[in-house]
Amino acid sequence: MRGSRLVWLAPLLLFAGVIILMAKNIGNSPEAIVRSHMVGKPVPEFAFAGSAGLPGLQTADLRSGQPVLVNLFASWCVPCAIEAPQLEELRRKGAPLVGLAIRDSNENITAFVGKHGNPFSRIGLDTNGVSMLALGASGVPETYVVDGRGVIRFQHIGEIRPEHVPVLLRELEKAR
Amino acid sequence: MKIWLIALLLIAAPAAAQLSTPDQPLADVQQEKVAKALMAELRCITCQNQNILDSTAPQAETMRAEVRQQIAAGRQPEEVRSYFIERYGDWVSFVPPAREDTLLLWGAPLLFLAIGLALVWRRFQR
Amino acid sequence: MSPEIGHFALWLAAGAALLQGIAPSIGLWRHDEGLVALARPAAVAQGLFTLVAFLVLMHAFYVSDFSVALVVENSHTMKPTMYRLTGVWANHEGSLLLWVLVMAFSGALVALAPSALGERFRARVLSVQGIVALGFFAFLLFASNPFARVWPAPTEGQGLNPLLQDPGLTFHPPLLYAGYVGLSVTFAYAVAGMLENVIGPRWAREARIPLAIAWAFLTLGITLGSWWAYYELGWGGWWFWDPVENASLMPWLAATALLHSIVVVMKRDALRAWTLLLSVAGFSLAMMGTFIVRSGVITSVHAFAVDPLRGVFLMVLMALYIGGALAIYAYAAGRVTEGKQFALVSRESTLVANNLLVTAMLGVVLIGTLYPMALEAMGGAQISVGPPYFNRVLVPMMLVMAVLMGIAPWIGWRRSATGHLSARLLPAGIAALAAVSIALWVLGVRGLGWILGFGASAWLAAASISILMKRGLTPGIIGMALAHLGVAVSILGATASGALQQEALVNMRVGDAIVLGPWRAELQDVRPVAGPNWTAIEAKIDVTRHGRPLAQLRPQTRTFIAPPMETTESARAGWRTGEVYMVLGKPDGEGRWQVHMWIKPLVRLIWWGGLLMAFGGVLALGDRVRLKRRAGQAAHRAAPALQGA
Repeated sequence: MRGSRLVWLAPLLLFAGVIILMAKNIGNSPEAIVRSHMVGKPVPEFAFAGSAGLPGLQTADLRSGQPVLVNLFASWCVPCAIEAPQLEELRRKGAPLVGLAIRDSNENITAFVGKHGNPFSRIGLDTNGVSMLALGASGVPETYVVDGRGVIRFQHIGEIRPEHVPVLLRELEKAR
Repeated sequence: MKIWLIALLLIAAPAAAQLSTPDQPLADVQQEKVAKALMAELRCITCQNQNILDSTAPQAETMRAEVRQQIAAGRQPEEVRSYFIERYGDWVSFVPPAREDTLLLWGAPLLFLAIGLALVWRRFQR
Repeated sequence: MSPEIGHFALWLAAGAALLQGIAPSIGLWRHDEGLVALARPAAVAQGLFTLVAFLVLMHAFYVSDFSVALVVENSHTMKPTMYRLTGVWANHEGSLLLWVLVMAFSGALVALAPSALGERFRARVLSVQGIVALGFFAFLLFASNPFARVWPAPTEGQGLNPLLQDPGLTFHPPLLYAGYVGLSVTFAYAVAGMLENVIGPRWAREARIPLAIAWAFLTLGITLGSWWAYYELGWGGWWFWDPVENASLMPWLAATALLHSIVVVMKRDALRAWTLLLSVAGFSLAMMGTFIVRSGVITSVHAFAVDPLRGVFLMVLMALYIGGALAIYAYAAGRVTEGKQFALVSRESTLVANNLLVTAMLGVVLIGTLYPMALEAMGGAQISVGPPYFNRVLVPMMLVMAVLMGIAPWIGWRRSATGHLSARLLPAGIAALAAVSIALWVLGVRGLGWILGFGASAWLAAASISILMKRGLTPGIIGMALAHLGVAVSILGATASGALQQEALVNMRVGDAIVLGPWRAELQDVRPVAGPNWTAIEAKIDVTRHGRPLAQLRPQTRTFIAPPMETTESARAGWRTGEVYMVLGKPDGEGRWQVHMWIKPLVRLIWWGGLLMAFGGVLALGDRVRLKRRAGQAAHRAAPALQGA
């Protein structure tokens, strides 16, 4: 019967394990952040017409030899308006920027860049949001660093806040 | 509650503003059935505990269209599933992968029954 | 009424809980009868004060007193009266207040109900209940005060999540809490039983009463929750294996296993240590469920707001109570001997088999719920464990279970012959074969799982009905047979509604019709309508079967004003025990509307089965009440002897 002492302790030990596990997760956001698994892989083929008077965007444009920031945005997206000044700052610091407008229309995009400024050299108008599947994006806005050979190097989820600007510039430099 | 409401507002507002087209079921009844069975096993990225079949989120709509398109093009459901896993990782499939790191998960029922039987056996030994 | 009265009453209730927790324990230790005797009045006082606090909060919601923060955050003057009242528990603080109210009530009941186990044991039980309640009062008062004020008071509230504005959700939380908290009584009985060393048939007979009631409430709560999800979420499903659903299922599974093992203690004085563990596990899992819903440790559609401080508080409570109980268990279970022996073929063995399967299912639900979190915490992959996993693993176990449930009641206690079984089970066997044949050749069902589902439900139903046909039935046997019949009915509903479901997703103009077999649904009209705090687009769809009109369905897409949110309101019409289920989708901009139609045969049996289970569970107590009266008389004579035990 000596050995069976441990049997009686087993439930307590098991419970302790569960508690430790939960303690580690406490205060986490209940929403899982699903990162793109396309980082390190080439951007799949796509081609979108231009918008707001700018040329459109296709995968070949991302293989220009220069690393580039690809920003997913939309006129209906509130955080996209919030990140506009940071995109402008990135542009001023010499970061090449292209945009992908998700589930949007030409008029709305034109109005949006008219109001919040246009940091992009190209805007692809993705009316169905299929580019999100191509990049493994989980929401809007998101920003990707794509290197000169068209390979995704970095993903930023959510709006770009002032503290993210140097991070993105650094990632852009790394992709060179 | 407050944080949650704000989150809801952020989700709800764009949903109302976005353009969307209703789903077009596949003409081939058998293919539509296969596509739906797969949709029921893919997890919506933006509304996290729903499958893309039930979800009304725009991204789920895009994903449904992608599933239908690939199934209509003659791809196998497992190939389509891999297409999504390649982009979003195992998270996107409600079926956990069968690998070493999920051995305990898939083995759980047998493990529990075995432990139980061992305890019962010990009792009858006495 | 001033909210301060409620706040004060809450403090008084907490004081009563403190007294109820501490005084009897010291009294029992110091042999001070006076302190021991404080337990009962303290429990009653705790119940009354908590009731006052609850009524004050309800009043604040009723009159829309926007000086109370909770009312501002969760109510709105435009809300219908009923939802203003139920808004009390449709939020974190209020639902916790409801939780302690039910807890205080159950304490008062234990204090007032007759007991066959003596005053000493009752004082011990009340003491444990007081200590458990104290933690929750502390949580309310320090981390979730429902009476917190806002100054200056706003003129309007922020409204209630529209999904929660629904009759089904009005009764879902109270039922579930009654179940959870009922399990706390069993928990207290187990802890007190270990401390007093009185685990045996008499203990089991009494502990079983709150257990069966708690189990029935849990069954009703889960049934109602499933029904609510079915008609409100608009996806046509009735169980989604969401972590929050699993959190309510786990205590139910533990209670189900316990309900069977406690009978073995009661009748044969065996399986004591195992029964104790289940008693502790039931309430522990209920607490863990509440914690999961409120702490945000797990992704879920139903989770409350995340507040790390509250999460930590609840986790500490949980660690103290569950850890404490399990520590007592580790210490005391060794001296609780396993009791009397039984043969391999015996009623005891079948109940052990039940426990084995139910506990394994519980383990699967637990591991499936926690696995993604554990894997990620250890730096592994981000995976999802969803319905496909749970269905694949649990459905086969459920089917084996159903087969055993048909056989077990025919097997006698201690050591049973098996010769009579084939004759007794003949009707069940015939029914199962008939069901499988009908499914295969009449209904054209394909898929092994579905066909076995039909067979298993017919088997179990016939076996349970043939018990009910016997003579000399006691309430206990009738209750058991009805509860088992309920399981069969639910399995039939789940199988038929899944295997025979038909669905159509069509973009239609006014005047178009969906035709599905004998069913025809014609879109008559789509127009805007207005409700008390929402506006909606409503479709009118005439449904006929074989040309005979059945109903006009009016599915809606509702837009709520406060808070702004869109919901889909499904429309359903019953047909025998099946349903036609319709959801109105989006317009395509060219005058067509997306309409989703399902035909779900026998789907209502899922919930009727749940009701039958709960009814059977309570009915089975009929025996206990009669026995208890006799035992109660015996206990008066036996009480002194018990104290020495």
